[in-house]
Amino acid sequence: MTTMNMVKALNSALDVMMERDPNVLTFGEDVGYFGGVFRVTEGLQARYGRERCFDTPIAEGGIVAAAIGMGAHGLRPVVEIQFADYIYPAFDQIVSEAARLRYRSAGQFNAPITIRSPYGGGIFGGQVHSQSPEGLFTHVAGLKTVVPSNPYDAKGLLISAIEDDDPVIFLEPKRLYNGPFDGHHDRAVRAWAGRAEAEVPDGYYRVPLGKAAIVRAGEAVTVLAYGTMVHVAMAAAEEAQIDAEIIDLRTLIPLDIETIEASVRRTGRCVIVHEATRTSGFGAELIALVQEHCFYHLEAPIERVTGWDTPYPHAFEWEYFPGPARVIQALRRVMGDAT
Amino acid sequence: MVVKRKPKASNATAALAQAPISNDQELAFYRDMLLIRRFEEKAGQLYGMGLIGGFCHLYIGQEAVVVGMQSAAGKGDSVITSYRDHGHMLVCGMDPKGVMAELTGRATGYSRGKGGSMHMFSREANFYGGHGIVGAQVPLGTGIAFANKYRGTDRVSLVYMGDGAVNQGQVYESFNMAALWKLPVIYVIENNKYGMGTSVERASASHDLYVRAAPYGIPGCQVDGMDVLAVHKVAREAIAHVRSGAGPYVIEAQTYRYRGHSMSDPAKYRTKEEVAQMRQEHDPIDLVRRRLIETLEVTEDVLKQIDREIKEIVTEAADFAQSSPEPDPAELWTDVLIEA
Ligand SMILES: Cc1ncc(C[n+]2csc(CCOP(=O)(O)OP(=O)(O)O)c2C)c(N)n1
Ligand SMILES: [Mg+2]
Repeated sequence: MTTMNMVKALNSALDVMMERDPNVLTFGEDVGYFGGVFRVTEGLQARYGRERCFDTPIAEGGIVAAAIGMGAHGLRPVVEIQFADYIYPAFDQIVSEAARLRYRSAGQFNAPITIRSPYGGGIFGGQVHSQSPEGLFTHVAGLKTVVPSNPYDAKGLLISAIEDDDPVIFLEPKRLYNGPFDGHHDRAVRAWAGRAEAEVPDGYYRVPLGKAAIVRAGEAVTVLAYGTMVHVAMAAAEEAQIDAEIIDLRTLIPLDIETIEASVRRTGRCVIVHEATRTSGFGAELIALVQEHCFYHLEAPIERVTGWDTPYPHAFEWEYFPGPARVIQALRRVMGDAT
Repeated sequence: MVVKRKPKASNATAALAQAPISNDQELAFYRDMLLIRRFEEKAGQLYGMGLIGGFCHLYIGQEAVVVGMQSAAGKGDSVITSYRDHGHMLVCGMDPKGVMAELTGRATGYSRGKGGSMHMFSREANFYGGHGIVGAQVPLGTGIAFANKYRGTDRVSLVYMGDGAVNQGQVYESFNMAALWKLPVIYVIENNKYGMGTSVERASASHDLYVRAAPYGIPGCQVDGMDVLAVHKVAREAIAHVRSGAGPYVIEAQTYRYRGHSMSDPAKYRTKEEVAQMRQEHDPIDLVRRRLIETLEVTEDVLKQIDREIKEIVTEAADFAQSSPEPDPAELWTDVLIEA
């Protein structure tokens, strides 16, 4: 066990997998020599050589496309898209090629690739360093989408993603890289050290795809969240002293509907929290599923707390970011407390 | 290959391109470059004071490129560039106050605080934006050129990009369309040797970047981007060529960025000596200053007066930005779609 922040944990996952499997390689912009802008690939080039950890030109379409080709041939490339906001030049390849290779070749070929990318706000990044595009990927059949919320999960999930035979979009909440963040931007920055989730085994372990975690048990209301919003939801529940059960989805596709269903059937109430824009966001899918699975157990309309339907603005980070205050309001509304 | 082919131009425009450079013009180069330099230094200071947040890409070191180019352009010619855009805006005639106010996220900024350092625009100045997505501006500028031609104007579209951007596929889609449709567009590759922490050598299979457009039949050339006069001369020829209807042109300006890529940059990818050498031996402002004093016999006093004026403009811009109000939070929802 070593105390790790999320950056170290992800680095460790890559290290473990490159050590175990010569077919695993990693590349992207400034990933090799420099070790990645967030340092996730630091030291890997020195350790595994330029053939297995390298820099690419700024060409996201090419980066992802080349990875798909490598994957079809049996390699397990892990590519880094420097910010999720830069993934769109690769969107065609992800949607038209990676997601459908298995289906259209009747299972002869597949794309066992992992696309890692930092996402989300809270770092004052403005329009092109803050987006949460997960809903664009969950809408596409043939992709898996993973969003960890702490170092332990980040490592275990990344190992599972790399070993998975399907294309995995692995979105890393960049505001959580160096410490947990509960939306209180005006309070002191915290570190991961000292928290149980930062105690990370040095070697190989997996956190399976498709298994959510109940990070706070409760009876009054179920909160569904992932990534940074898990921490925001925790803070909201504590501050409002609401007996909320908080579920960290960990993977959006495949989704652990059993855990969600069991919880909502018990609590009868549900709040969904995500940072991404509201309309057609993953929250809409969750609402549909919860009402399909739990309609007769619901005691209040399901609530969503999300980013607004606007581009991520430069000047209004904290008006945009769905912080604890907004989550508390939603919790109170579903609890029938209009105050 | 069609590289380094002398651009063809009509006799009149060719004559214009040959016209001698006056002292006043050299002084204007000096002034414009100094404005960018001092503005950027101030932006760096405000960043350090926490008044500018997030990403902020300074243009220091590269001033001769945009000043040399734009001094050869005419009214109504359009400009589009990347996120390293402050210099381009100032040279296009945008108000330093509005630019600084946008950097600090104020209501009086060019995008009312919603765009920030990388995303500012001015219809009045024909400035079609800083663009945060590497390479995205290149096809946009190509479309602007198309519109100029379609509407029967003789205006040209100046499209700036970095050495890193030239590896994006959409650049080649643009080259092909521009050549195919003979569009009035000038692609300016600002080769400052690095895309973030990756040198051209580590990112590009061929290191001469202007030749990338040659297979499409687009003429181009390389120029010392630290010498504003050299850039200006090449720009005049290129603009005359493009304005005459002969189709696109590519200029690769070899330049250097002194500061980090953005405000936090561990600078592990180059040595301090390399940066110091460029600053000491190739500074574009020093070069003009020396030429003005030694060859053109401009007095120190004249230059000092310019220095003072620039300092005042920049101080005023910073004061304006700091005393401007934050935008009203209701602005968050405006301009997403057209408002009924
Ligand atoms: C599509 C996309 N990919 C990656 C980035 C991140 N990024 C921002 S600037 C940059 C380097 C660009 O280098 P260059 O084109 O040489 O321009 P310079 O910064 O040197 O002016 C990178 C990789 C981005 N903004 N957009
Ligand atoms: Mg560059």
